[in-house]
Amino acid sequence: MTSSSRTVSPNGEGDGGARVELRGVAVRYPNATIAAVHDVDLTIEGGEFTVLLGPSGCGKSTLLRTINRLVEPTSGTVVIDGVGVRERDPVELRRGIGYVIQAVGLFPHYTVAENVAVVPKLLGWDKARIDARVDELLKLIRLDPATYRNRKPRELSGGEAQRVGVARALAARPRVLLMDEPFAAVDAIVRASLQDEIARVHRELRTTIVFVTHDVDEALRLADRIVVMNSGHVVQAGSPDEILEHPADEFVRDLVGVDPETRRLVLERPLIER
Amino acid sequence: MTYLATHPGRVAALLGEHVVLVAVSLAIALAIALPLGVLAARNPRAGSVILGLAGVLYTVPSLALLAILVAVLGLGKVTAIVALVVYAQMILIRAIVAALRGIDPALIDSARGLGFTARQTLLRVEFPAGLPVMLGGVRVAAVSLVALATVAAWINAGGLGVLLFEGISTNNPQKIFAGALAAAVLAIAADVALRGAERTVRT
Repeated sequence: MTSSSRTVSPNGEGDGGARVELRGVAVRYPNATIAAVHDVDLTIEGGEFTVLLGPSGCGKSTLLRTINRLVEPTSGTVVIDGVGVRERDPVELRRGIGYVIQAVGLFPHYTVAENVAVVPKLLGWDKARIDARVDELLKLIRLDPATYRNRKPRELSGGEAQRVGVARALAARPRVLLMDEPFAAVDAIVRASLQDEIARVHRELRTTIVFVTHDVDEALRLADRIVVMNSGHVVQAGSPDEILEHPADEFVRDLVGVDPETRRLVLERPLIER
Repeated sequence: MTYLATHPGRVAALLGEHVVLVAVSLAIALAIALPLGVLAARNPRAGSVILGLAGVLYTVPSLALLAILVAVLGLGKVTAIVALVVYAQMILIRAIVAALRGIDPALIDSARGLGFTARQTLLRVEFPAGLPVMLGGVRVAAVSLVALATVAAWINAGGLGVLLFEGISTNNPQKIFAGALAAAVLAIAADVALRGAERTVRT
């Protein structure tokens, strides 16, 4: 591995994040007249929280899914820690990358603990190690292990289910976490608390996070760097401040809104201890 | 009631034969329907061929099917089991296809995204999630086969149909009643048991 940013957090959780490079990535779906993603070049540094922001249908989810090979690019390559994903077995690759989706997708026939344990089990961890890891993760996402371990997904609220989804994605200490509109289906209050949680988890673990959303406030609140997409192109990439100060074009200006000062309030909202 | 009261041993023995006939047929039918159902659910082209063929076989009248099979396989249990297996296909394949196609796509997306192989996704996610619907199909098939298996007596395959045919040819309504009652009780028992199983696997 050629990671530039291997940092171990004080509590031994995780070993930082992987560097993800997209080189000329284009995706054209069969029978589609226009490409879903056009020649995207993007380097995501290890440990960076990157948000892909854009309207629905802009190609942000497709781009995200090229990273764990759920979508194969028509051209271009994705490189994680210096190794092209195409050189790796897709199943083995995905076990090392966390994946969280809007619909959560918890397995209904498994308990919370079994859901969280899915990837460690696939990787053949022994039972004691899995049990310890499950408790550790439930504590990380602030669900009391004794209360939640044996619940079934149907006994969880939407917000709790998504926390478990995050725990499941983090179980095998991935160095990259992909999140596809993870908080879009919950109400505003729960969404805000989930955003706080993921920001805190990111601060603790320094996992590389690639996060897809169409919600500008969410992007401004969470991102180290925002990548604005439209019609399959990257329109602008920069820090939330840069996006607000210097929108690259009319599209970005419209997206962030007419009043950057109001938007800026979002940045000033304390994220636990931002 | 008199026949049942005077010959409980014989009725019980025929009931046992009937259960074996249905259980063996159902087991074989499931072993065939599972791979076909998975294929049909995965591949729409194969699906329309498989469901079309099973549908055609299902519409052949049972007596006609038995007559054709007797010409090929002769009289006896094997022929009856083949006929029951053929009839169950339509019901089972359709239930398996409905179960697999009805699974929340998010489950499959997250399973793949977390690094399940296609096989692990099928066995650990799709089958368990689709189990209630599949068991519904098994229940309908079991009840249908209990009814259909009575006709098997006509080709010397035994079972409760023996009482019905004997009763008809010797004009003995008590025998017919005993056979019909036992078959009905068996069908209801199968229905209740499998409904219970459906409830326990439903999450």
